[in-house]
Amino acid sequence: MALRQQILILYLSTSDLASNVCAWSIYDGTGKETHTSGDSDKPPYGSVLEAMKDGWRVIQLPQQFPAYPGMEYTTSFLKFEFALEKLVEV
Amino acid sequence: MTDKKYLLTSKQMAAFAADGYLRFDALVPDAINRATLKEYDEKPWPHGGGYVGTPLSKQWVGSPGIGAMLKLPQVAGIIDSLVGPEPRYDHHQVHIVPPKSPHGQIWHADAIIDTRLEHFDLQFFYFAHDTPREMGGTMILPGSHLRRVNETDIARYQNFLGQLPSTCKAGTIVFVHHGIWHCAQPNLTDNTRYMFKLRLNPTVKQVRLWNTDDINDSDIPRILGRNHGWYGWGGEDRLEVVQRIKFWRALTGDDKFDTDYWLGRLENDPQRVLQPA
Repeated sequence: MALRQQILILYLSTSDLASNVCAWSIYDGTGKETHTSGDSDKPPYGSVLEAMKDGWRVIQLPQQFPAYPGMEYTTSFLKFEFALEKLVEV
Repeated sequence: MTDKKYLLTSKQMAAFAADGYLRFDALVPDAINRATLKEYDEKPWPHGGGYVGTPLSKQWVGSPGIGAMLKLPQVAGIIDSLVGPEPRYDHHQVHIVPPKSPHGQIWHADAIIDTRLEHFDLQFFYFAHDTPREMGGTMILPGSHLRRVNETDIARYQNFLGQLPSTCKAGTIVFVHHGIWHCAQPNLTDNTRYMFKLRLNPTVKQVRLWNTDDINDSDIPRILGRNHGWYGWGGEDRLEVVQRIKFWRALTGDDKFDTDYWLGRLENDPQRVLQPA
């Protein structure tokens, strides 16, 4: 049996892993599921902590940097991006 | 001179500043919608590209579809309110999603990263036929227009709280700020989906171009402060409102405008020096 990676990316309201999910993406390395923009209106979990309780392993915590001088009030990408994985037998 | 009754109100402009779009359902009459669909088939003008930098008034002259749509007083009034008289044509594109297209387009903001706050380009999405959800529609992300990103940098994202598919009746136009995040959605039907996109550049300063009779409406600060959900609560949302305050100041020429004192307390710069007793 080979292992394949499923990636779940959750974007939270704050850096707290228990805070609510604001945006999400799923990339399935098993090839069984294909996800695309706008394919769901409800996040798969309410928080990163909830996903962890369902077996997802956190592989990236968003680093936190002080704002660059002059960019303190600028908004751009979603700040609190958590990457999680599951390894699935295929 | 556009009749005042066709111009946007201050509350509508505040909604545009906060949400990055204004949607008008079934605004275009059926006869013009049908003429537009005929033009898509017969191609009397190119499906894309065009005459960059020339006045909009020189485009689609005599066209019973797109030309007539642009001449509707309601459409002209909205354009006047947002970019002013004699806007410059930037480009257009007839977006075509073939039948049975299962994949959505990646999220993106058009053109390149744009740091302007004082000026903005207007884009609009015109749907000449009914567009139910299974046909896709263009998905937009309300409130994303003031974020600084470069085109497809945001392609990793798939779904957001509050994302909004442009499912609509024929004749609907969604007017958007150039910075709005958006993506075409899958078309699972047996029919081709069309959407006409047009980008316009202002040729005048975009200050108080709309009907400002309600400029002091007490709802405006609340409209500018609304939360779209996808950037959370108690953090980034406050910075988002700061962007809108700056945008509203530019649009109104009122450099003291504030809501919830977000900028007022930062701009407090006392100069009075107390003399030692």
